[in-house]
Amino acid sequence: MAGKLKFSLVSPERELFSGEVDQVDAPGSEGDFGVLPGHAPFMATLREGQIRLYRGGQVTTFEVRGGFADVTPAGLTILAESVIEV
Amino acid sequence: MASLKEMRNRIKSVQSTQKITKALQMVAAAKLRRAQQAAQNARPYAERMASVIANLAAGVSGDGAPKLLVGTGQDVKQLIIVATSDRGLAGGFNSSIVRMARDRISTLIAEGKDVKIITLGKKARDQLKRLYGDRFVESFDVGASPSLAVAESVGQKVAAMFEAGEVDVVSLAYSKFKSVVTQTPTFQQMIPAQVSGSGVVDLQGASYEYEPDAEAILETLLPRNLNVQVLSAMLENQAGFFAAQMTAMDNATRAAGDMIAALNLLKNRTRQAQITKELIEIISGAEAL
Repeated sequence: MAGKLKFSLVSPERELFSGEVDQVDAPGSEGDFGVLPGHAPFMATLREGQIRLYRGGQVTTFEVRGGFADVTPAGLTILAESVIEV
Repeated sequence: MASLKEMRNRIKSVQSTQKITKALQMVAAAKLRRAQQAAQNARPYAERMASVIANLAAGVSGDGAPKLLVGTGQDVKQLIIVATSDRGLAGGFNSSIVRMARDRISTLIAEGKDVKIITLGKKARDQLKRLYGDRFVESFDVGASPSLAVAESVGQKVAAMFEAGEVDVVSLAYSKFKSVVTQTPTFQQMIPAQVSGSGVVDLQGASYEYEPDAEAILETLLPRNLNVQVLSAMLENQAGFFAAQMTAMDNATRAAGDMIAALNLLKNRTRQAQITKELIEIISGAEAL
């Protein structure tokens, strides 16, 4: 695997997560998708669902309600309307 | 000259005023820390949002671009959102925002523009009502603390007015929190959206893929950006308000202290003068016998 993926999860109130992960699964409005390190530039709206981030064998889950995912060579940013850590 | 009794009462009243201002100062200091933290926490979202929009805007151009991004091409119908706090006792904090907004409004009116006003915060409403009450579209209260719910209702109102073609340009007046001692009243243009070139990420030759397409994403993103801008203005205001209140109350406490010292001096002089007078009366009375 090509290195780690820089990921940050922010809600209007605060930044919930910022750091390096192995993989992120997110609920896109047109279907769930996974982002691995080195993903092509990609932008999608999110629907209600769960974001799962994989970090060294550990899985953390967040419940989100709508938002945006933005994948650039610099990493993945998710702007979520409301987030609850599960 | 005021009697001793009156002077004592006066001192007591100034002392209780000082107690109140002192308490308010400490409350403001405690709340300032929280408000500052909240403003700081909200910054990443606003920044990321701006850079995402900048990225998208670079890809979308021409006639397909959403009106919220490029505007209607006119600037006759202006909407100004004036954001202050709900409460006072913060020195010139609210007045400076309102004064800046008023200058802008009168300039725009002089230029023949059609100006509408939305106020956010009780102070903006109270201070602008007399002069421009007929231009008010709606007034919102900040409430106990800045919340996304209030920001959303403002943002939705703005978006609805824009959709209906009632406004061309929307700007937001609030106070930027620079530091505890400086808050700068600022104007921020919301529609057409201000896009900074600095946020654009180098894609290293690759091109973006959108899901759904770029226009659809922008169309959901831009109204949200309005909410976020209003929210961050409210948060900046809140931090600035407590900073201004803390400073104002600190000054008031000090002024009360000076006043108590001056009154005490006066009281003691009067008391001494009275004792001296009584002594003279007794002595001269004794001598007369």
